[in-house]
Order: sequence, then C-alpha cells, then structure tokens
Amino acid sequence: MTQHQNHHGGRLERGGRLDRDQPIGFTIDGTALTGYAGDTLASALVANGRLRVGDSIYLRRPRGVLSAGVEEPNAFVRVNGEHNESMLPATTLELRDGLDVTLLDGIGVLDDRPDRNEYDKMHVHADVAVIGSGPAGLAAAKEAASGGARVVLFEQDFELGGSLLSDPTITVADQGALDYVASVRAELEAAPEVTVLTRTCVFGSYDNNFLVALEKRDDVASAEGGVSRQRLWHVTAGQVVLAVGAFERPIVFSDNDVPGVMLASAVKTYVERWAALPGRDVVLFTTNDSAYETARCLTKAGATVTVIDARPEVKAATSAQEGARRAGLTVRTASAVVGIEGSEGVTGAFVASIDDAGQLAGDAELIACDLVAVSGGWTPNVSLHSQRQGQLAWDDVLSGFVPSAGVKNQFVVGAGNGTYDTDDCLIEGARAGRGAAAAAGFPASSSADGGDAVAESAEVWRARQHRAAGTVRPLWAVPAPDGSLDTHFVDPHRDNTAADVLRATGAGMRSVEHVKRYTSISTGIDQGKIGGVNTIGLLTQLLSGNDTKAIPSGQPGQDAADAVELTASGQPARRPTPGTIGTTTFRAPFTPVAFTALAGRGRGALFDAARTSPAHSWHVEHGARFEDVGQWKRPWFYPQEGEDMDAAVARECRAAREGVAFMDATTLGKIEIRGADAPEFLNRMYTNPFLKLPVGKGRYGVMCTVSGMVFDDGVTLRLADDRFFMTTTTGGAAKVLDWLEEWSQTEWPELDVTLSSVTEQWSTVAVVGPRSREVIAKLAPDLDVSKEGFGFMEFRETTLASGIDARVCRITFSGELAYEINVPRWYGLKVWEDVAAAGEEFDITPYGTETMHVLRAEKAFPIVGQETDGTVTPHDLGMDWVVSKTKEFIGKRSFSRAAFTEPGRKQLVSVLPLDHTLRLPEGAQLVEPDALGDYTGEGLPTAPIAMVGFVTSSYHSQALGRSFALALVKDGPTRVGQTLLASFGGKFAEVEVREPVLYDKEGARRDG
Amino acid sequence: MMVIPCPFCGPRNETEYTYGGQAHVAYPENPDALTDEQWAQFLFYRDNPRGSYAERWQHSAGCRKWFNAVRNTHTYEITHVYRLDQARPDGLPKAPLATKEVGA
Ligand SMILES: [Zn+2]
Repeated sequence: MTQHQNHHGGRLERGGRLDRDQPIGFTIDGTALTGYAGDTLASALVANGRLRVGDSIYLRRPRGVLSAGVEEPNAFVRVNGEHNESMLPATTLELRDGLDVTLLDGIGVLDDRPDRNEYDKMHVHADVAVIGSGPAGLAAAKEAASGGARVVLFEQDFELGGSLLSDPTITVADQGALDYVASVRAELEAAPEVTVLTRTCVFGSYDNNFLVALEKRDDVASAEGGVSRQRLWHVTAGQVVLAVGAFERPIVFSDNDVPGVMLASAVKTYVERWAALPGRDVVLFTTNDSAYETARCLTKAGATVTVIDARPEVKAATSAQEGARRAGLTVRTASAVVGIEGSEGVTGAFVASIDDAGQLAGDAELIACDLVAVSGGWTPNVSLHSQRQGQLAWDDVLSGFVPSAGVKNQFVVGAGNGTYDTDDCLIEGARAGRGAAAAAGFPASSSADGGDAVAESAEVWRARQHRAAGTVRPLWAVPAPDGSLDTHFVDPHRDNTAADVLRATGAGMRSVEHVKRYTSISTGIDQGKIGGVNTIGLLTQLLSGNDTKAIPSGQPGQDAADAVELTASGQPARRPTPGTIGTTTFRAPFTPVAFTALAGRGRGALFDAARTSPAHSWHVEHGARFEDVGQWKRPWFYPQEGEDMDAAVARECRAAREGVAFMDATTLGKIEIRGADAPEFLNRMYTNPFLKLPVGKGRYGVMCTVSGMVFDDGVTLRLADDRFFMTTTTGGAAKVLDWLEEWSQTEWPELDVTLSSVTEQWSTVAVVGPRSREVIAKLAPDLDVSKEGFGFMEFRETTLASGIDARVCRITFSGELAYEINVPRWYGLKVWEDVAAAGEEFDITPYGTETMHVLRAEKAFPIVGQETDGTVTPHDLGMDWVVSKTKEFIGKRSFSRAAFTEPGRKQLVSVLPLDHTLRLPEGAQLVEPDALGDYTGEGLPTAPIAMVGFVTSSYHSQALGRSFALALVKDGPTRVGQTLLASFGGKFAEVEVREPVLYDKEGARRDG
Repeated sequence: MMVIPCPFCGPRNETEYTYGGQAHVAYPENPDALTDEQWAQFLFYRDNPRGSYAERWQHSAGCRKWFNAVRNTHTYEITHVYRLDQARPDGLPKAPLATKEVGA
C-alpha cells in the first residue's frame, strides 16, 4: 500500500505453529495473498508485511495491527460471503482457504440478507469448568480431571496453550512447552468425562456458576455441510477455575496509534507462534521487564532492537537491562518514546529522557525504525470474575487490578490473578484444580507438580508474584515536546485521547463511570481491554489535588480505603490511586456475540411451539385464515372466493344467527377436578356457588384474584359427585391450572382434590344456530334433543351415529341455540367432518374467532383479557349476579373495600357511533363531549383532557346492520343515553352510550 | 440460570419453576374482621430484604408441587428448600406481616 511496508519483516524461514505444507490463499480488499494453516488473518498480514489496516472510526487516522488477540482495537474486517459478517478482529480470525475480507474503518454494517447458517445451543452440567488453557488452566484441568470429575476446558483460541504458544522454547514440567501442552491435551482427551472445547469463548458468567460460551465452528462447518456454524454453550458448573490470562497495556504517548506501534507481547507472539516478523528495526518501549523477552526473540529473528526503558538504571547484575546489554542491545533507561515519525507507518521514534516525575528531561532524539513495540504493564483479565461482582484491589507492585477475594465456588489463577511466572502458574493452577475437584466431590488422584508442597499464605504468595513481576514504572501519559495531548490515544477504537479525558475532568467528571460516558472510552468493541486501566491511571494524575473522598468509586466491591497516601510530613498527598478510582463495571459479553447465535434455531417456525387442533388440516383445506391465540393457531375466518374479511365474517354471522354454523372450540382449556372435596374446592375458587350443582349439569363461573379482579371464566360440568370438568379461556389454561394447584396445595391441603390438565385429551366442536338442533339430532340419534328433554346448561353422554362416544353439552357463547360436542382428541377430525356432512343440507357454515367475537359482543359476553385488564371486577362487567353474597370465596373481602363501592369505577357499556359505518379502533379513548375546548386533534392539547373510558371491543354487527363497540366507562350504567366523544388518531367521533347487551336482550333465542 | 433443588425431584433448572412470592404469609383467618388497611397489607405488602428470604416456588414443569426455599436475594444462593408443612429451617423468624402498619 505504501513504500514503507517493504521495510517490514515478513515470514521467517523457520519456526512457528504453521503447517508450511498447507498454504492458504485469501483475499483482502481484492488483493490475493497467501498464508499457512495455523495462521490468523492478522498473522498472515504481518507475514506479508502489511501492518496497516483500516482507518480509525471518527478521526480517519491510519491504523495498524496493535495486538494479537481479542483486545484488538484497530484491525477489523468484514468477511464477505452469502451473508457478510462485519467487525471481526483479524487477530482472532482463523485463516481459511478462500477467505475474502474487506478492511473496515472501525465500524461495520449489518448485512440485511438473511443468514442461512445454522446455529445451535448446547447444555452441559460440569463438575469443574476451567476457562483458559495457558499453563495455569492446563495444570488446573489436568488435576481436576484426575479424580474422574466431569471437566470442561474452554479455550477461545483454536489451539491450546495460551501464553505457551508464544514461549515455545521454555521448559514446562521438564518438557518443552509445546510438548507439555500436547501431553496434557492427550491426557484430557483420553479422560471419559472431560470435554476440551477450542474456539470457544466464555463470554458471560452469571449467578450459580452459570456460564455462557460461544463455540465457533467454521473449521468443521465449511468442511461438512449441515453442521451448525456456531454453538452457544449453556454451562452450569459446580466449580469454576478462571485461568484467563492478562492483557498487556499500550503506552499513551503522542501519535501512539501510527501503524507499526504494536504491543510488545504481540510482537513476540507473531514471531514465536507464527514466524511472522512485524519489523526489522525495532524500538522497544517498556515500563517493565516482560518486554525484554520480546527483545530477545526479535534479536534471535535477526531484527535490531533498541530498548527504551522508562525505569531508571537497575544496577543488579541479574537485571533484565544488564542481560540485554550483555546480549549486545542498546538499552536506554529513564527514557520514553515521546512521538512517532510517519503517518501511514512508523519510520522513526522520538526518544527523550524523563525525570522522576515523568516530565521530559532533555530534547527528543529521532531513532529510525519500522516498528515500535510497547509494554505499559499488564492488566489481569478480570472480566468474568467481575461479572460476578468479585472484588478487585489495585496492586501497586504488579501495577494492576487483581482479584482480592474469590467468588464462591470459583478460583482465579495464573496471570489473571497477577501470577506471571510460568512455574508459579503451574503451581497455582494445579492447586486450584485439586481444590475444585475436591469441592465437586472428585478428589484428584495425582499430586503432581508439587503444588501442595507450596502451601503458602496469601501474603507469601503475593510476595512471590511481586518478585516475578519485577519493577514496573507505569507511565499514564508521556508528555509530548509540544505539550499537546491530542494524539495520545487512550482508546483507539473509540478515537479517544488523553485530551478527551482531560476535557471530562475539566467538565467536572470525577467518577470513572462518568468519564467513560462523557468520553465514550471503553464503550467500543474491546470494551476497555485496551484503554480501561490507562484511563484510570490518567485520572490519578488529572485528579491530583482533589479530595479523593469526593471521587465516587467504580464497580461495587472495590476498596477505596487506600485513598490517601501520607507524605513524609504527615500531610495527605491528595493523589488518588487507581484503587481509589476503581474500574468501570464489567458486563457480558466479554467478546462480541452475534444475535443469530443467541437465537440459535429459535427463529421462524421454531420461534415458538405452534399448537393445532385435530381438525387443523380441514381448516387449512377450507381456506381458513388463522390467528395466534397464545400458542394456538385458531381459524380466524374462512373467506370464500372474492370475499374480504368483512364479507366473510358477515356471512358467518348470518349463518350462526339465521341457520347453523360450527366452530372449532378445541383450544379452550380443560381441567378435570376430582376428589371428595372437589365441590367445596370449586365453591371457594369461583365467585358463584358450585356446591349444589347437580350431576349432569354445567354452570358458568367467574374466578377472581384475591384482590377481587376478574381472573378467568368458563363453564364447569359436574360429571359425578366427586368429578368436575372445567373449561377455561384458551389463553388462560396454564395459569388457571397453576392457580388451582396453588390454592389446593398451599392454603387448603386438607381438601381432597386432584387436578389434571385434559386440554389435549378432548376435541370440541360448537354447533350454533337455530337449526343446530337438527344437525345434532342427525349426529346423535340416541339423544333426545328436544327443548324439554335437553335443557340449557345440561350435558349428555351419548354414542354418535359414527359409533364414537361423545359428551354433548348445551352451552352458548353467541346467545343462539347451541351445542358443544366433546370427543376424545383422536376422533376430533372425524367428528368435525361428520358435523360438516350432517349439516350440509342446512348449509352449515364454518366460522372462526372473528365471528365468535362479534356474536358474543352483541350479547355483551366479556372476554377475559379484552374487556378485562386486571383492574376489572365482575360488578364492573355488570355481572353482580355471578357474585355470591353469602359464601366465602377468593376475592370476596376485596369487594367490600371502599375503592370497589365508590363511584368512578369504569364499567361495561356498549357505545354506538352515530356514524353507523364507523368502526372505532379498540383502545380509542372516550371523553366528555365538551372536553376538547379548542383542541382540534392537531399536535398535543394545551392541557390534559380527562378520559372517562375506552373502547375494549369494536365490530360491525351483521344482525344490527351497523357498527358497535363495548367500552369501559366511568359509572357507565348511569350514562346510558348520553353522548360521548371517541378520540383516536387525532380524530373524534360522537358515540351514544347504551346498555351492554344489544341483541336479544331477553334471551329468547337460547332455546331455539 | 439458577439450579433449584426441588425437595421432591432434586436439582432442576430454574426454567422449570414458577415463582410464588414470599413464604409464610398466612391467609387471614377471618378476612371480614380486618380493616381495609389490614386487608391491603395482606394483599399488597411483602418484605424485600437484602439477604435471606423465605419464598415459595412451584416445580410447575416437573412434579407440580409447591415448596418453600430460603434464597439470598443478593447472591441468589438457595440455602434451604423445604416442604410447605415444615418450619422455616434456618431458625429465622417468619415475616410478621400482620403486625405491620401501612405507611410505617
Ligand atoms: Zn419437583
């Protein structure tokens, strides 16, 4: 892209975890390049001499690969395919053949084409979950598995090993580092209860050790069609071992975002793991010892290295500085990189001496280089620990936030706990693995790694950690020669600089949470992995002089007790520590997760279960349009050729009122209630009496909540002295059963009652209309269907002409003569077809829920959930008759509360628009006719307009030849005859208030 | 996802259960003897402690049995489960709801 790239290193001839026999072709921004199996996209780019990636999101500054892992803030790509996937970090994207990517400028665009890949969910209960497979994680998993515990080891990378992959030459447990990884892997994979998951990132940690992880399977999914591309793992773990490592921090200096500025540990990883040399002339800028390993491996790879060490001279012969000098490197101490030459790529670093206060102590000198490797210290990866509100403390020696107390049933080990020495990681990991296995009930069988011998106290262990970490001199912001902070990038992805932090504190922000929101630092894709602690460190400088007690601490659980340091004179220094300021809150997901992975297969038809009645196929064949009622698919109406919904519903209504029609009522909830105390039980549940309901009869009943509000309604039949058959609303079946169960078990365990849901056992056909009797007579020849022989609210057990046993009831939800035929579900379709055939000569008409609604509304039969909303009593519905004045029942006491008897309650009425063709929208507000004032419906009124009620149901009535509605209106019955205004969508319409029942008020049609 | 140990079935996922609010809230012996305020107290007022809380659960997608659990409302840890006919096992007092005054 630019000339300087030719200076960059490229692929080393030897080394790396690569399969050099397997070259992989890929395309970036239309250019074909080659890498090897084992590469990430980023390592292949580095090996091709391309550190430069997209521009930054707002400032459009050239950017380069900064890291080698999930914390990457610059190198984002879109993977092109049938469904483009955006904002994938090149540093974690496994190279695969034919990969076609486009570099992004810090932001992606969702592809609106459907993603046709499959995504699955997995569920596992583990005794021990080990997260991370570096030395600590491997040691923990090995120990935890040795006693037979069910262990799941999660590794987000496609290879096990963690930091060992970047340290292949060291010795681990008397083997080469990678041999150790291979031997533990083999041991784990041989253990029957152990699962090793690579490419699987645990991104969420929740109560009860519930972990959520995303497994990426592009490697298998592309090779074998029909395999899910990603899996979401839901893990409940008895014990959790967090071995999640640490992030290296960049250093905040002028132009620290120029391509070619890279984390020192990432440089080492590219060289050691991928044999990819990011630069040949390297300035290595460090605040600590760890980066000297990078210097060593760069030198070995043939690069020249100049070390700029922020720390003063360490005189000990064992110091890293001395070691580097002996190896022939130039080491400049008490110095800093104060600026970068180059914009598209690094061509040089400006270096100056710094004094004890971190201020410039001399002029800057330009050192030509093509790579600046930086190490600002290490930040333990505490995200999963903190998601569980685990406590953190700032450790000044380690220069990082370290878990100060474990979450219950969790262990934090390795670099994530501030343990940076590999041998110590093995000890700590093994100890945690054994502890976890023992706590899970599977004590480890081995005592390898000598962990138990090192039973130090926490203080001794901390001292050991401190020794291994050496001396760190944090530089929160390196002054630039011109004094500017404008290109001191703190959060590269959000393009936030030290100047932005200064603006935030200048505007009065003190809390780190406020600074985060004021600047947007840590709100980008890396969620503060790169910039979080540097921001906090910067705040300790910017807030010096403030009373630290005025600084609100960050996430709860952090200790602000170390707020004030005493100076030699005994005066408070008034300089906050990072511990005083605290961190922002860590939340899931740790790394981004696509919604499609969270949805899994629960999309489209599998989004929810669909329940259908046995006659569903008939409804489909006869052109029914369906509506969803809960999970049920119910026929809505059955349009015939050329009919719209209104025409179909009018025809169906006419058939039910004038001839005969039938409806599938299978979806009604059905509950059988048995036991010697069943009558007493129902008598307490329903507002109306049930004790004396005779066998062979049914009764409509209303149930209320304890607070007296209508809860459900339906007809209950008494099948025998100790046996009832209750119907509930279609949507209320489950909650009614729960409700009955609750009272039966928790309040009246002494009552002999057993409850069973039989909704799925019965199929029900409602046959409705003046000619329904003739149809029933044909279907059930043994039945006396005469008015005298089969009264309203009675039922009969009979055998139909088809030989099928049925229970036939005389129940109506339309006001017409009507029957319900109940048969075992198995016969549902057959009986439905028989009804259709028997009714053919009477032109029997199937009808759906819309017609049912019209018919019942004309009769003012309320629907629970439509006329009621949890604030409506039976009295409000005009159903005083259904509420017993004598017996005790659920809700009774509430009816005598003042609020129930005072005026002003909304009560059921019907309202008739003066315009007979106007169908009011359900939910339309009703106001007094003179309430509008000068309000025309445009915009908002100058003052609120009092509402006196609202429309609950609204239809066109075929029987009345006009539109009508039901409404809940304040003191509705006293307003009959008055006119109100309906208000909807900026329009108004006059309506007349009427009594609820508009059709056949005397009930003359019920008996045919 | 919490794992809740049903006293009848053993540990099962939270999704199998229905929450039933505070336990040991007895239905008043004689509701008609209560003032409106006392009745409202029973209807609407429940404790909301940070820490141990005795509450009702139903294993609705399992054995359908109701039972009581003591749960720490801060950590979500369930320390005890017990049958409805058993006393609260951790020795903590039952909620003295009936003695509370509205607005107190
Ligand atoms: Zn159970």
